[in-house]
Amino acid sequence: MAYLELQNLHRDFGTNKALDGIEIQLGEGEFLSLLGPSGCGKTTALRLVAGFDRPDQGRIVVDGKDVTRVAPNKRDMGMVFQAYSLFPNMTAHQNVEFGLRIRGKDRADRRKRVDDLLELVGLGHAGTRYPHQLSGGMQQRVALARALAIEPRVLLLDEPLSALDAKVRVQLREEIRRIQLELGITTLYVTHDQEEALSVSDHVAVMYRGRIEQMGSPAEMYTAPATPFVAEFIGTMNRIEATVVDPSTGTIETGGVTLTVEAARGKARGDRVLVLIRPETVEVAAANGAGANTMTGEVLTHTFLGPVTRLKIVSGQSSLIADMPTARAAALPPGSKVDAALPATEARLLDLKDDEALPQITEEPGPAGP
Amino acid sequence: MSGRRRLPLAWIVTLPFFAYTLLFMFLPAGSVLIGAFEGKTHGYTISNVTTLFHHPYIDAFKTSIEISGTTALIGGAVGLAVAYAAIREGTPRWVRSALTTFSGVAANFGGIPLAFAFISTLGPLGIITVFGRSHGWDPTAHGFSLFSKTGVELAYMYFQLPLMILVISPAIDGLRKEWREASSNLGASQLQFWRYVGVPVLMPSLLGAIILLFGNAFAAYATAYSLTAGTVNIVPILIGAYYSGNVLNNPHLAQAMAFGMFAVLAVMMVFYIPLQRRAARWAK
Repeated sequence: MAYLELQNLHRDFGTNKALDGIEIQLGEGEFLSLLGPSGCGKTTALRLVAGFDRPDQGRIVVDGKDVTRVAPNKRDMGMVFQAYSLFPNMTAHQNVEFGLRIRGKDRADRRKRVDDLLELVGLGHAGTRYPHQLSGGMQQRVALARALAIEPRVLLLDEPLSALDAKVRVQLREEIRRIQLELGITTLYVTHDQEEALSVSDHVAVMYRGRIEQMGSPAEMYTAPATPFVAEFIGTMNRIEATVVDPSTGTIETGGVTLTVEAARGKARGDRVLVLIRPETVEVAAANGAGANTMTGEVLTHTFLGPVTRLKIVSGQSSLIADMPTARAAALPPGSKVDAALPATEARLLDLKDDEALPQITEEPGPAGP
Repeated sequence: MSGRRRLPLAWIVTLPFFAYTLLFMFLPAGSVLIGAFEGKTHGYTISNVTTLFHHPYIDAFKTSIEISGTTALIGGAVGLAVAYAAIREGTPRWVRSALTTFSGVAANFGGIPLAFAFISTLGPLGIITVFGRSHGWDPTAHGFSLFSKTGVELAYMYFQLPLMILVISPAIDGLRKEWREASSNLGASQLQFWRYVGVPVLMPSLLGAIILLFGNAFAAYATAYSLTAGTVNIVPILIGAYYSGNVLNNPHLAQAMAFGMFAVLAVMMVFYIPLQRRAARWAK
């Protein structure tokens, strides 16, 4: 049975549909990331769950109880904001203690709980410091401890790492996951960073224009994107528009080149399809014209990514991205003629309607409302 | 290379300010300080200062402090509430812009025009008084007189309140929405938010603003004089009478009263500085 349910949530700000029928079911102790570009509705959904805003339609159910109309201070939800949410007039200890004081907890219990939580987030030594005496990462740890202090039914995190530098971000996201697993707390996490979402979550829901495009495990989202948008948004993907020419062999045609893709078997001849190929599955070698299922082209650019180098290859009117070990990439400098072998089995295929244009990921305008 | 050090340009452009401060603040203050201890004819004396502790001077100080304290506290509290209401989320933006524009004008409105405006509305023949009387309610029958201490306080509120709005608005802008939401999320009511977060965060600015309002009312002269023609005994009016009066002419006693005003403000600062330091200890 789901512990947290978002049922058919709708929220409009003027003419802008911030949420358009969101459905989420999350089990107790699970970690779900809402992932999407700015303005996709993920923060709006989180604010509805926190109670800072009300849906125009739909229900929010926690542990079988409808909390849609419950005031935020009665919901027992801990929230970590993007940044700067610590009360500046209180020390780290007092910040963490705040929710317990409001609840009228005994002083000795409060002290013990706060000390335990500060230890849990690695700040046992910093309890007497004011927020301005803490780094951004330390402030967010205190904010996390503060949210956990009240033993919330659901932990809500609204892009808590976005204001931190890259190294601290990676470190802290791992700590968030560790603590979440340790406490077994149901968690809703909002982020626009796919790496963050894929690395810490049990489930990921990709949102676009107020809707959930796809929800699944991080591995499913990466290996089996269900829509062109998800394919574009999660990781880097080669997207090739093609037409099925022989469904029995899985042969497709794109820009005068015929390729074999297993997933095209069983399609109808003449179907328009979108072939999705991860860059790391493309094999690149110096051109010799002998390879099967290859596109021949020229290396346009190299992008150094550490252990791998990303090659942009132009083949006729198409372009491809391929990742290859940096040591081997040096042998194929920009300008080289290459054969790019496409995997017949690992390519995904999505149907394209006759008039459907490929989605372009752009930032949606933010909601006009609160 | 020359070893001569040149005065930086930044210092040079501040020279007019320092010259102005010296000429119109420090020199007059020094003159007041010395004059306060000069005798009416010759020599130095402390009798001018000791006189301040007797009637009617001590009463004038008491009245001035009461008027200034009352208008600073009420103006401060009401101004804070009005400014917050205008700035808070959900209030249309035009309300704030209209309020700020009005406050900018009203905070600098005073003297004869302000007195006339109040006499025209709340004086014995003012439109509100006449309207009230014609509807069976006579404010003067309830002990109200515009030409009393209460009347002066009411008139002062006209510039005290807008001044508070102007001074405190930037501080209210600094109250982050996240603090309110975080406190609510942690179970706090609106009242608890203000008790534990809102007021403590605003406190350094509030204290500063109230001191400013106190000083603003304490030094006001023209409004009270125009309104009461000297029947309400406040220090600036007495200073005026002793400095330029034909009958009461005694400039050294006037200077002693000005010295007394410095002393009152100095005492205020003695309380204000540690309070402010304590209120702002989290910001250091």
